[in-house]
Amino acid sequence: MTDVVKEEQHITKDDPRVVSRRWLLLKLGVLINAAVGVAVAVPVVRYLLGPVKRKGAYNSWVSLGPVDQFPAGETRLATFENPDKEPWDGDTAKVPCWVRRVSGNTFQVFAINCAHLGCPVRWFPQSGLFMCPCHGGVYYADGSRASGPPERGLFEYKYRVDGNELQISAGQLPTLSTEAKNVFRVLNNEKGRGPCAG
Amino acid sequence: MRWLKQVYNWFELRLQLEGPVGDAVLHPVPRNTASWWYVFGSAAFTLLMLQVVTGILLAIVYVPSAANAWNNLQMLNHDLPLGWFLRGMHFWGSNFMVAVVLIHMAQVFLFGAYKFPRELTWIIGVFLLLMTLGMAFTGQVMRFDQDAYWGLGIGASIMSRVPLIGGPLVHLLLGGPIIAGATLSRFFALHVFVIPGILLLCVAVHVWMVLKLGINEWPMPGRPVRRSTYIAEYHKLSHQDGLPFFPGAFWKDLIFSGAVLAAVAVCAAVFGPYGPTGVPDPAIIQTVPKPDFYFLWLYAVLAYLPPSLETPFILTVPLLTIAALVALPFLAGEGEKSWHRRPVAVLLLATIAVSFAVFTHLGTYTPWSPLMDAWSSDTVPEKFLHQLSPLERQGAVVFQAKQCRNCHSLDHVGGERGPALDDVATRLTEDQLIRQVLQGGGNMPAYGKNLSPSETTALVKFLVTLHPPGQKPATNAAGPPTAALSPPAANR
Repeated sequence: MTDVVKEEQHITKDDPRVVSRRWLLLKLGVLINAAVGVAVAVPVVRYLLGPVKRKGAYNSWVSLGPVDQFPAGETRLATFENPDKEPWDGDTAKVPCWVRRVSGNTFQVFAINCAHLGCPVRWFPQSGLFMCPCHGGVYYADGSRASGPPERGLFEYKYRVDGNELQISAGQLPTLSTEAKNVFRVLNNEKGRGPCAG
Repeated sequence: MRWLKQVYNWFELRLQLEGPVGDAVLHPVPRNTASWWYVFGSAAFTLLMLQVVTGILLAIVYVPSAANAWNNLQMLNHDLPLGWFLRGMHFWGSNFMVAVVLIHMAQVFLFGAYKFPRELTWIIGVFLLLMTLGMAFTGQVMRFDQDAYWGLGIGASIMSRVPLIGGPLVHLLLGGPIIAGATLSRFFALHVFVIPGILLLCVAVHVWMVLKLGINEWPMPGRPVRRSTYIAEYHKLSHQDGLPFFPGAFWKDLIFSGAVLAAVAVCAAVFGPYGPTGVPDPAIIQTVPKPDFYFLWLYAVLAYLPPSLETPFILTVPLLTIAALVALPFLAGEGEKSWHRRPVAVLLLATIAVSFAVFTHLGTYTPWSPLMDAWSSDTVPEKFLHQLSPLERQGAVVFQAKQCRNCHSLDHVGGERGPALDDVATRLTEDQLIRQVLQGGGNMPAYGKNLSPSETTALVKFLVTLHPPGQKPATNAAGPPTAALSPPAANR
């Protein structure tokens, strides 16, 4: 067996015509495989990038129920089902958020996720603070940063009041680069007035 | 017995394994490497095999569906005969594996085994460590409980800090817009196919190189590694004063691996499997998410970073650490191997080990987090209420009701986010207390909007009573003593 291999190597070394033809055919084989490889890889990359959508594509208006269930001056927990959901999501299709009814039809709807690392913040009405159980981020009632590691205030959802129904624009996990909607600066400038009059 | 020999020969003629296997097990190793210090690599390998076997056994039952995984694990724990034991073996096996891999790495570093010609063995080892940690994190997700759910949130939040492509990265990580079914499916694929596949391949290369290059000799002071002479020196050492790996050194590996497996089984039998903790319903927000022990140090570091440093730290430090580990054998590929002649290496290792231990310990009791139920569950200790005026007692009520206790402890009970207040009056005057409460400062939120003037007065009157009996409260050195304005305070 090894003798045959050695003999073949011997031939390829000596005969220039055989060498060039064999190498040409090998190169052809590599070329064909490279072309097929690219043709197969492109759909695979597109498939893998499936979850990546353009900004806002995941968002749609979601109802949080009648506005009457949110008393003025209070902050209450509300839960909605994510618009983009599958039957096998189970409970994880649910998304909680904090609804603060400032007055009348002026609301603030905060994401549950701490702006630091996404843990669920809890509202303490007695001290008027949101506190995070993970790394101690604390926010004031209007969502602005009070203390701890977060570098900004709570994420806010865009909202509107449709008839008697409170709706928010939601659909993705709020993080620093996939914000629910960064309206905090606007709110500060307008002294608590909601950005969309409903 | 002749037929046995015939069967053996039938296979050997076709497989031809006798030569390479014989070379591998009988290759000579330096006599002094047959030491108990050299058993961690083989133990890590044994644990990997255990994880593969127990992992497959769990996979034949596990349902990687966000809607069902949690119930499925409950069934494994409670209904399936010895399902709890298999889960326990896999969980404790993972803990032991992370620990043994880290010890193996520390030992290799301390013994200078990463030096020429074993640089590539070390580099592959660095990636093996990363993949082991990757298996640990994705494995934690398989539990699909509250910790897994919010742990994924932490992972997504870290990803989101990458500039420009942060958003797409979050969606790629989660397999969609939120943590849900698609997330578990892709982490399942990572945990059982992708990472183990690469891991086993890298282990094969790692072990191949150990066999080809030989086990690192015992480091001796004054015997530095030189590229020009090392291979000949090692050959002399292993052939003239060596012994065959099997059984010379192998018996120690065998006994240690057996002991580690037994320890995993004992832990699984005594402590059982871990979790699943709470059901992964995001609407249940009364949860305190925590990672498994191997990521507690990271959890602690993330709590202590100043906000402005956090993103730069998260984006650069892991990459720099990996780069430093990969660069190590190129920067220090020659020279002394013995720890007697490498004080910087020893100090570095000791510093890293102590930091790791301290941060992990802090991660177990998270002093940086408010204690969410301290205000309602821990009453003001009675000794702080003796002989107080009604106003001061009212202040104690305000103190509890406004959740001050979540961050401040009294008599060692309560949160540790802020300072303990047992003797706050010795540190701050009444005026300073009022200012601190209303305006906040340091890490404290301002309470100006959430306290009425009467509540503030009562609260501060209570706070100025908090000092040890024999010690006077703080006074304003610049102005008139505030004690004159306060009611007799030192009356506890």
